[in-house]
Amino acid sequence: MQIRMRLNQEQVELDVQPRVTLADCLRHQLGKTGTHLACEHGVCGACTVIVNGQAVRSCLMLAVQAADAEVTTVEGLAADDAPFSPLQAAFRKHNALQCGFCTSGMLTTAHALLTAEPDADRDRIRSVIAGNLCRCTGYVSIVDAIYEAGEAYRVGERS
Amino acid sequence: MATHGKSGNRLVGAPIERVEDLRFLRGKGNYVDDQSLPNQVYAAILRSSVPHGRIRKIDKTRALKMPGVHAVITASDIGADVPVIPIRLQPLPEVFPLRQPVIAVDKVRYVGEPVAVVIADSPGLAEDALEYVDVDIEPLPVVASRKASGTDESLLFPEYKTNLAKRFTGLKGNTAAAFEGAHYIKKQRLAVQRHMALPMEPRGLLADWQKHENRLTVYGAGKVLFFNRRAVAEMLGFDESSVVLIENDIGGGFGARGEFYPEDFLIPFSSYFLGRPVKWNEDRRENLSAMNHAREMEAEYELACDADGTIRGIRGHVDVDNGAYVRSNGLTPPRNVAQFTTGPYRIPNIHIDVSVRLTNKTPCGTYRAPGRFEGSFFIERLIEIAAHDLGIDPIEMRRKNLVNAGEMPYPMATMQHIDPYTDTECDSGDFHVTFDRCLKEFDWDNKIKLQGKKIDGRYHGVAAGCFIEGGAAGPRESAKLKLDADGSISVFVGSSAVGQGLETVMGQIAADALNVPFERVKVFHGSTHYLREGFGSYHSRSTVMGGSAILLAAAPFKEKLRKAAARRLEAPEQQITLIDEHAVAPGGASIAWKDLAADDISSEESFSNTKHTYAYGAHCAHVAVDPGTGHVEVLDYVTVEDVGKIINPLTLHGQVIGAVVQGLGSTFMEHLVYNEDGQLLTGSLADYVVPLADDYPVIRGVTLDDYPSPNNPLGAKGAGEGGIIAVGGVASNAVENALSSFGVRIEELPLTPPAVWELIEQRVNAGNAKI
Repeated sequence: MQIRMRLNQEQVELDVQPRVTLADCLRHQLGKTGTHLACEHGVCGACTVIVNGQAVRSCLMLAVQAADAEVTTVEGLAADDAPFSPLQAAFRKHNALQCGFCTSGMLTTAHALLTAEPDADRDRIRSVIAGNLCRCTGYVSIVDAIYEAGEAYRVGERS
Repeated sequence: MATHGKSGNRLVGAPIERVEDLRFLRGKGNYVDDQSLPNQVYAAILRSSVPHGRIRKIDKTRALKMPGVHAVITASDIGADVPVIPIRLQPLPEVFPLRQPVIAVDKVRYVGEPVAVVIADSPGLAEDALEYVDVDIEPLPVVASRKASGTDESLLFPEYKTNLAKRFTGLKGNTAAAFEGAHYIKKQRLAVQRHMALPMEPRGLLADWQKHENRLTVYGAGKVLFFNRRAVAEMLGFDESSVVLIENDIGGGFGARGEFYPEDFLIPFSSYFLGRPVKWNEDRRENLSAMNHAREMEAEYELACDADGTIRGIRGHVDVDNGAYVRSNGLTPPRNVAQFTTGPYRIPNIHIDVSVRLTNKTPCGTYRAPGRFEGSFFIERLIEIAAHDLGIDPIEMRRKNLVNAGEMPYPMATMQHIDPYTDTECDSGDFHVTFDRCLKEFDWDNKIKLQGKKIDGRYHGVAAGCFIEGGAAGPRESAKLKLDADGSISVFVGSSAVGQGLETVMGQIAADALNVPFERVKVFHGSTHYLREGFGSYHSRSTVMGGSAILLAAAPFKEKLRKAAARRLEAPEQQITLIDEHAVAPGGASIAWKDLAADDISSEESFSNTKHTYAYGAHCAHVAVDPGTGHVEVLDYVTVEDVGKIINPLTLHGQVIGAVVQGLGSTFMEHLVYNEDGQLLTGSLADYVVPLADDYPVIRGVTLDDYPSPNNPLGAKGAGEGGIIAVGGVASNAVENALSSFGVRIEELPLTPPAVWELIEQRVNAGNAKI
């Protein structure tokens, strides 16, 4: 099927089989390999992308369902030649990643959360990212990073 | 995090932000499934759904007729001698008959064992075709437990004549004499459940056989590349020099990732067979039945003590459910539990027998702190029980029995039935310092007042315990330094990265050794063409061994710089000083290092080591137990560890906290459940439950480096595992202490809510207590 979507601020058009998930489409047809697959049944959250402002598990969504949608992957959080976004910088500062495999899903989930709720407190952050598995960090540093990044989203909202 | 560094260096000891993050945070990592080659085809593995059986027939006809299917590979395609997976650690010839063939030959012995490989144009087609390979397996009686294994009624290997794969013994002193007339002897059964490392990234491989270049390249290798290269080369009959293993970014290791698995032969063989690149990625269901399982052990120990709590000795046996085959490191956990059950405690008389038993389950291997997590659970439980029985404060009992600084180096139990290179001793430190510090950080003196109290419907409990962590396995590690034309320095190490920040840590060590800015150093690792040999990342060794090799290589590197500069500057070599990437002669004449690059400034050294490092520390836990649901909330968890030398407090702290949370998963959640028919019931992440972000919010860690290791030039000790070791014992002691009014006795993990509820319910029903 021929579909169109807006991916990381760019218009893309592609031919996609109806049975292909959005995750496989992003990874293998559109080259966005930053979206990772670790369970393929919607439990781990590694494949989370943002579709029309909502954090979505791209392994549970068919690519054709994203037709005409606005899709943001981890690659879209900061332009290649731009500095890190405040969220990415906070992750680095707090060592909120080790192997990096869950990181893309953590970043997209956190970005969607803070965009909608820049005032999210630590409990809220914990409860939202409880849908994303991380095996390395024990989550403490991830919560710290997201909480700190909230300030930048609050500033964005005020301006 | 509190750190207590003494180093005067600029980079070593500083919380340098990781270089790895620069790509990971933009989604630009290069994990194996991110990589593709032109003309590649895809493999899917047909795995046995029968736990024990004889293969009568495999019919590929229907699968091969499917459009897009290129091959169906079974044992008969591989040849008369199907290779077996080599044993990397403890390669004892007597267990060689129990090694796993890379594909089932005439029998299957666990659910998940590879039976056939299907190669097709897409992963979807390959998976679809699995259903059209007709396999006829005659079921054999299933050995699904240690008990069934012990009867030898059904044998996994009839020619081996027993399901008892191997027996290890840890010995010290004279237990018979120690137990004779002891004031107190406690016999106790204790068990740890089967669970696993579960790295986030499932395994994958991309193999590329180039016939005309006589070269096999395998992407997706990890952990121990040089060993695995030798193994796959031997299996395929190639020269090692024709095989290149490439380490991509790896989504977590924890002992399980990177060991040699059946697919590490099958995928390269498939590429050789078809003459095309072959890609394979496992899904999570496969991963849960195919990757090494771990930790399933049951102990029956006796502890003998004097009336004042002085431990006289420990004896007993441990039964290990090893699964169906002895894999590459499958003997490590059982040998470790024999030698390290006693941990940091002075137990002068030890006799621990360990039986490694075969069952029709997925084979076991190492998972972070193999045998040490289990051993710590056993000894911490025993000490806590003994202290209560004897009416002694459990803290004082531990203090009384902790090895003192003056007793260093302190020898562990001697191993029997194993090669001679197994004697080992704690290298340095003061176990009392970390214990006292942990109690202080935890605020023990106040929290102990909550012991066993019911507050707002929940029972509170606290516990503390101590551990040692082994690291820095030999024999060697290599490092090469090379001055590049632009004046930057390339550092090649034989250590491997599994997500622990190796590039950053090695870069800090190298930059300090050469006194150059961090940005001037580029670290390369994990590919077999960088160095002549390498040993990789296991046993918390990569920082200590690779870092020490870098220090050794720095000296000849600087000598070469001085020599080259002396020629150019026409000054005596001994008088050349190296400052700010320049070589300076006595008169002030100087030359930039980059202008010397043409003189081939490089050095390669290896650091050899026969002595392990022993980091050590203590844990404290505070829990609240809901008697109505059995749910345990961890209100506070504190670790203190002395690691000899802190290279990067940021990455170290991350390892510590992450390891604690993994240990809490081991203690309260994670369980690979088999039914009595040998079927794995936990085949998805919805069934195999691991810690989530809202489970354990309060974990605190303090790391010290008061006592450097005398056994390596860095002074560092392996530090990737200490966070997990004592969790099982300390957390379960806290739960039992919370429930002291019920008189529950915790014997096994995991302490899931139903398990805790059941413990309480049993006591209530027996009329011994009420909620």
